[in-house]
Amino acid sequence: MTATVPRPTAAKPALRVLRDRVMRVAELVTTPLLPADYLDLIDPLRSGAALRGRIEAVLPETRDAATVVIRPGADWQPHRPGQYVRIGIDVDGVRMWRAYSITSDLGRTDGCFTVTVKAIPGGKVSNHLVRGTRPGTIVQLDQATGEFCLPEQQPAKALFVTAGSGITPVMGILRNHPELTDSQADTVLVHSAPTPEDVVFGAELRQLAADGRIRLVEQHTDTAGMLDAAALAALVPDLAERATWACGPVGMLEALEEHWAAAGIADRLYTERFRPKVLVTGEGGTVTFTFTKNGTSLEADGAIPILDAAEQAGVLMPSGCRMGICYGCVLPLREGAVRDLRTGEVTTAAPGDGVLVQTCISAAAGACDIDH
Amino acid sequence: MTVLQKKSVNPIEHLTPEDIELIGKELDEIRQGVIDSRGESDARYIRKVIDVHRKIELGSRAVLLASGFPPAWIAGTVGLSIAKILENMEIGHNILHGQWDWMRDPKIHSTTWEWDMASPADQWKHSHNEMHHTYTNVVGKDNDLGYGIMRVDEDQPWSPFHLGQPLWSFINACFFEYGIAAYDLELAAVVAKKQTGDPEFRARAKAVLVKIGRQVRKDYVIHPLLSGPNFLATVAANFTANLVRNLWSNSVILCGHFPEGVETFEKKSIEGETRGDWYLRQMLGSANISGSKAMHILTGNLSHQIEHHLFPDLPSNRYAEIAPKIRDLFDRYGLNYHTAPLPQQVGSAWHKIIRLSLPNGWLQNTTRRNLPSQVAKLWKMTTGAPRVRRALIREQAAMAAAA
Repeated sequence: MTATVPRPTAAKPALRVLRDRVMRVAELVTTPLLPADYLDLIDPLRSGAALRGRIEAVLPETRDAATVVIRPGADWQPHRPGQYVRIGIDVDGVRMWRAYSITSDLGRTDGCFTVTVKAIPGGKVSNHLVRGTRPGTIVQLDQATGEFCLPEQQPAKALFVTAGSGITPVMGILRNHPELTDSQADTVLVHSAPTPEDVVFGAELRQLAADGRIRLVEQHTDTAGMLDAAALAALVPDLAERATWACGPVGMLEALEEHWAAAGIADRLYTERFRPKVLVTGEGGTVTFTFTKNGTSLEADGAIPILDAAEQAGVLMPSGCRMGICYGCVLPLREGAVRDLRTGEVTTAAPGDGVLVQTCISAAAGACDIDH
Repeated sequence: MTVLQKKSVNPIEHLTPEDIELIGKELDEIRQGVIDSRGESDARYIRKVIDVHRKIELGSRAVLLASGFPPAWIAGTVGLSIAKILENMEIGHNILHGQWDWMRDPKIHSTTWEWDMASPADQWKHSHNEMHHTYTNVVGKDNDLGYGIMRVDEDQPWSPFHLGQPLWSFINACFFEYGIAAYDLELAAVVAKKQTGDPEFRARAKAVLVKIGRQVRKDYVIHPLLSGPNFLATVAANFTANLVRNLWSNSVILCGHFPEGVETFEKKSIEGETRGDWYLRQMLGSANISGSKAMHILTGNLSHQIEHHLFPDLPSNRYAEIAPKIRDLFDRYGLNYHTAPLPQQVGSAWHKIIRLSLPNGWLQNTTRRNLPSQVAKLWKMTTGAPRVRRALIREQAAMAAAA
């Protein structure tokens, strides 16, 4: 089986053309609103609507993690196992977007998918999803995306290294790739969590291990401490022969990347990050930046991404992964300087340059004039 | 009103600069209190109002498909009038102020919203949010003081043209949305300066015409056509709904700044204005309407004009909650919190429009006994040479001052 799921065509081109025409006529009736504004009153999940989903259930997994069952709108396209979805949910009335790995089985017959969320201390969205969300809530969605997937050519031996909520994309993969968990498979999962009770999907993973379908190594860090790369190598002696997928905190991923690079097998390691690695913060102090078209001007700390600072000031910003990957947040910098928070690299623009900058990982490094 | 700085009894004379700074601080705190507590219930409120508006509009338009049947015409017209009022006032005006931008919902945001109005949202935002809210009631700066067609302040010079202002004002009220569109375009000034060829003006004028085209096509072509044999009845219903909405929004807006007793300010007075001074100008330059909750919603909470002018970008549903605190602040600093029921405020505003259509003091100086001589003088002022007119205007003002 391959990991590629054929994308269904949402509607036949001719039908879609017809629908667009009908909508344009309907706009004459509804102006200044759009027909969609009225149709949304009736069915927010219909085909042709902005992609949304309805939360059907929130199922507790551990004391601070829960699986959220979401019924997506009609235009949802099935995901590839290991991918994530961006969810926009209103927390205290404010729309916030976060990315979560999809954990469900593609074979679900109810048309829903699930994400599994671990509440991070102080995390507004994760705490809201785990503890404060009622079934029936409508959320905004993007189509699933991400490259943390198995390749078409299946590896003979696989190793998964995860920590905390890093198990979620891996669970999404294990549930949808039966060849990884059949009796001939040679799959190792090394997972770190503070205690046995904190292991998300603990019962399901332990059952797989008990049935001899995967080799499961649990590292309980409250008692046994953090797992380092050397200890991992000792646990999995044939590590170099395996294709490895790792997902967890930035520190863990960096240690693994170093180890794999040193062993000359960096191409056999696939990693998934949930947050950008902030290397350099700004000089401190505030800088002013202006959004030309929108006319907003605001002051921001040199350590805060432009995207966050602008959103806090009520500016509607394009956004995507919020970690510097998807380029969904890119805007032209007409004039000024920004600092890449991951590398410390400063990009400057003279009037007329219109340098495209990723606002989610760039902070203002001087007065900035942004075309938005 | 005469600008506050020229009055014999200055209503803010008793305030020291320190007092004004303290007023500013208190107001900043009240504002922060609302910002800190904005949340889910506020978001629910605006979504509910939008939802109700869409359902009333949809229902009324559906009923009007049978507008040839008189009860349907009445129900549909009443419903559509209410829908249009809600859409312009509590929804459109307030969203375009950025009151709901904090929700980060691209569907309910000042930069994406368009409203059921002749004036395109972005042009209105400029003339209203930037010009009027910044220079509120500063004679010569705030064009909302009479919208360039009315004389609403003693310090605006009188000319015979103003004799017709009760009539212009009434016509403007009936077609208020077009008046606003022309006003946002600064049409009168552009025509006066012969700048109609300016490409920037042309682009804006084109945007207005496109917008008006869509609006007119919807209300007077598409919906009437949809109602088939009831075409004309639906045209009449939609015209009536627009008229009702125009008269209503005009009345509410007159109440905000034009009732007798609302202060105006001279240009010089805002040089070097502090935050506290600005707040104080908003406090004295606005008037509230007292009434029920339904009335507040239908005025888009502009019944809390004072609170709105202090904090134009706070969610409108919170003005009622802070109003007692603001009133208490007025009382403690010996300032006049200008509030009255709607009929009284509308009456007061129209009284001013009529009074100032005449030269300063004329109405005050006129009694039953001297009516013939006063009318004769007015005739001379209207038709006489400028020198005669100026002399008579001075005479009337002196008579009023002596009385």
